[in-house]
Amino acid sequence: MMNELLIKPSGVAAAPIKSVIGQRVFARYSLLFVLVLALALVPILISNSFYIAVANLVMINAVVAISMTLLLGTTGQLSLGHAGFFAFGAYVSAYLGGPQGLPTLLALALAVLGTAVLGWCVARLFLRLSGYYLAVATLGIGMMLSIVLRNEQHLTGGPDGMSVVPFGVLGFSLQGEMVWYFVLLFVLVFATVGSYNLLRSPAGRALRTLHDAEIAATSVGVDVRGYKVRVFVLSTALTGLMGALYAHYAGFITPASASFTHSVQFVMMAVIGGIGSVAGAVLGAVIVTLLPNLLAGAAEYEVLVVGLILLSTVLLLPRGMVPTLTAWYRGRKGRKAS
Amino acid sequence: MKTVEMSVEAINAAGGIDGRKVEFRGYDDESDASRANTLVKRLIENDKVHVIIGCSLTGPTMSAIPLVERAGIPMVSLGAGSAIVEPVKKFVFKTIHTDAMVVSRLYDHMLGRGIKSIGIIAGSDAFGRSCLSAAQKLAPEKGVKILRDESYNAKDTDMTVQLTKLRQEPGLQAVLNCGFGEPAIIATKNYKQLGITVPHYGTHGLASNDFVRLAGGAAEDMIMANVSLLVWDQLPTSDPQQPVVQAYVKAYRAKFNEAPSFFAGTAHDAFFAIREAVRRSGSIEPAKIRDAIEKGNDFVGVTGHFRMNETDHVGLTPDSLRIVQVKNGRWKLVEKE
Amino acid sequence: MDAAFIQFLFAGLTEGARYALVALGFMLVYNASGALNFSQGESVMLGGMTTAVLMQAGIPLLPAMAAAIAVTLAVALLLQKLFSRTLERSGLLEVIIMTVAFGMVVRGVVHVFWGTQTRSVPAFSGNDPLMIGGATILPQVLWVIGITVVILLILGWFFRYSRAGRGFVAASLDPETAQLMGINVRGVLMLAFAFAAALGAVGGIVTAPITYTYYDVGVMVGLKAVIAAIIGGMGSPLGAVLGGLLIGLGESMTAGYLSSAYKDAVPFLMITLLFLVKPNGLLGKAPIERV
Repeated sequence: MMNELLIKPSGVAAAPIKSVIGQRVFARYSLLFVLVLALALVPILISNSFYIAVANLVMINAVVAISMTLLLGTTGQLSLGHAGFFAFGAYVSAYLGGPQGLPTLLALALAVLGTAVLGWCVARLFLRLSGYYLAVATLGIGMMLSIVLRNEQHLTGGPDGMSVVPFGVLGFSLQGEMVWYFVLLFVLVFATVGSYNLLRSPAGRALRTLHDAEIAATSVGVDVRGYKVRVFVLSTALTGLMGALYAHYAGFITPASASFTHSVQFVMMAVIGGIGSVAGAVLGAVIVTLLPNLLAGAAEYEVLVVGLILLSTVLLLPRGMVPTLTAWYRGRKGRKAS
Repeated sequence: MKTVEMSVEAINAAGGIDGRKVEFRGYDDESDASRANTLVKRLIENDKVHVIIGCSLTGPTMSAIPLVERAGIPMVSLGAGSAIVEPVKKFVFKTIHTDAMVVSRLYDHMLGRGIKSIGIIAGSDAFGRSCLSAAQKLAPEKGVKILRDESYNAKDTDMTVQLTKLRQEPGLQAVLNCGFGEPAIIATKNYKQLGITVPHYGTHGLASNDFVRLAGGAAEDMIMANVSLLVWDQLPTSDPQQPVVQAYVKAYRAKFNEAPSFFAGTAHDAFFAIREAVRRSGSIEPAKIRDAIEKGNDFVGVTGHFRMNETDHVGLTPDSLRIVQVKNGRWKLVEKE
Repeated sequence: MDAAFIQFLFAGLTEGARYALVALGFMLVYNASGALNFSQGESVMLGGMTTAVLMQAGIPLLPAMAAAIAVTLAVALLLQKLFSRTLERSGLLEVIIMTVAFGMVVRGVVHVFWGTQTRSVPAFSGNDPLMIGGATILPQVLWVIGITVVILLILGWFFRYSRAGRGFVAASLDPETAQLMGINVRGVLMLAFAFAAALGAVGGIVTAPITYTYYDVGVMVGLKAVIAAIIGGMGSPLGAVLGGLLIGLGESMTAGYLSSAYKDAVPFLMITLLFLVKPNGLLGKAPIERV
């Protein structure tokens, strides 16, 4: 695709290339549309609401995974404390909506805003550190949040957590797996399409060059710092949003949601699926969320199995599942054509 | 879980309850509330169970409560927190003493020995915190003064600092250890190491044979309140709990080659309560089971004598807690005071 | 107050020694490869757990220790092979993630085979506390501090005065030139991993009598050791040790004089503050990026 954009076709040559691009985009969007339609029919066809519940969890995790893969894929920044932002959004919304009695929509909005501000502070303070130091800084932030949440019992309910009021909009209270399924599906589609477009927009392409040649980019005049901060804030805001939604969905939130283990899970989703790939993030979320449920009867194997999957992905499919599969598929098509 | 499996096997071998076999599904929530939430959904929607025994901790139990209330499935919890049954929820019961009861029993013992001013060292985990709040709440009512409280984290490896600070408090007469697991063991060792001479009390979370084994000599003379299960071999035959406790311990030992912990005992009682309820109501409909558990459930379990009713979904009183002391690496029953 | 201070001091030094050993190992690997090994803490776990399990099976202390160190070394060599392979094929980011995954696998295996129960290792010379300046110290603490000092001295001598050691240092500073000079750069990486594993294992074994051991004891230790190494400055072994001690002392002093509830936050707070002020650590130098 990059090649097509660098060559400046003129006149006759332009027309066929344009329609090729147009066809591709149309194909992609219609595929997405069909997929969304199929997903929307799922809860109507499947009556087992436990499956729907798992699907809801998958969707929540998928959006966070997308935000993580955006961060990792464009600027190469690894965040080991994303669960902290998740929990922050959750607790703020829970606290404002519950003990403080604000309408839940407002509480949610404030939670997202708050997380974005927090993300902005972290970004401004720490983004100038070289890559791995940022990972450790985010780790520190995540851990500190986790400890504060655990200790400040009068605000947060302490290690046992606190119950969260259900989400209410215009007098309707959102309760039940089906309702949440559609809400979350909407959010997921929105996030997916949005991220996809972001990655393909000029801003997105600028971000991708950052990853490969930061210094070259700066010398050409790209505002590296600014982009990095913006991506980070976007990523944390999305995560905070999902945290808040989760809190209202589950009706309960504990400090464990800010744990290092949880942060690692988000990273895993992005890595397994493929860094920089939106579809990969969703796939990664599916795998990581489904796994404990599949292993429910043999929970002691879980750490081992998860570790092995991550390990084999990094070793055998270093670019992640989706990019590797896509490349393989394209390779076959290419060979067929020739 | 082993206890429940054992009980289910035994019941089925004897022909089931009223001729119906009991089917059992067990999952490990790894003490995580969100995981417990998903697993409870699984049990309710997917496995379609009639009744749930769980969770072992307060946090996960709390996260499961809205689910069972909505689904109308009775749940018997093994979590210590008072919040589980206060305020009473229609479908939620528990077969373990609340922290408040344990603390109250310990306070009584202390006051009986003339101890009025204490220090507390508590874990920062759910168990420790809950115990600490209970202790703080009950102190003024009982006339006990908490001079100072310190805390430690789940992965901490040294509490000499916290204990030193406690020891320095003027007028300190005893220390209460509100904790659970490895750090509590280390705190106990530190206690001995520092040579602190005031009596060392512990909450029921510590009272297990594992604790004594790992803490070794440091646990000597420690006083705790726990269920008679720990001193099963010292119960007088006049004690109504004696036959039940001994039968359970023998069966467990025969099958698993080790003595059951007090947590296992609470699971036994939970199963017992359910079994009795099904027998009495003659039905396996969740609503009927719930009613039977709540009304007229009067039985002697290994944890104590249960008498539940509409306003009390625990049915235990502090008297069923025994004061035990570690002597020579074993639990010794101290006469009830 | 003085006695209390000494008590806090020793508590801090014991913890600090454990962090220092792991931080040192971590830093050796970083210097030899440029990547962070997030599974370093597992060497502590393997050392302690293997010793505990073997001893419970009846094997006496010294052979159990030797076996534990051997096991940890074997695992580390496996890690090194995977490490090099990932480094060649992908980038540093993938390597870091790989080490996180590796740590999970190690923990997972131990979880499956040895369960989650806590295990203990008997103290080397008994449990009767000694009185030092009014504070009571377990004799094991002296073992910990003593062994750490000895190890540091040996390592110091090795890197300064032995050929292999100096080759190691040269390879870390400038791998290409070192290779041209005939130094086996691959071997250097293996040695780094071996050292790191041994350091961690020894740290785990020698502190197990005090802290007990269980399958995920390595996670927190590993994370804090990473922070210790960064605080000290990644290029400097002395820095890693300093970082470890600082964290240990910071934690105990905070617990002693401020609030024991927030003691765990100290290392993370320290690193956050440090990043704002001196991003390359106390004794480190800024890495020069070549364009």
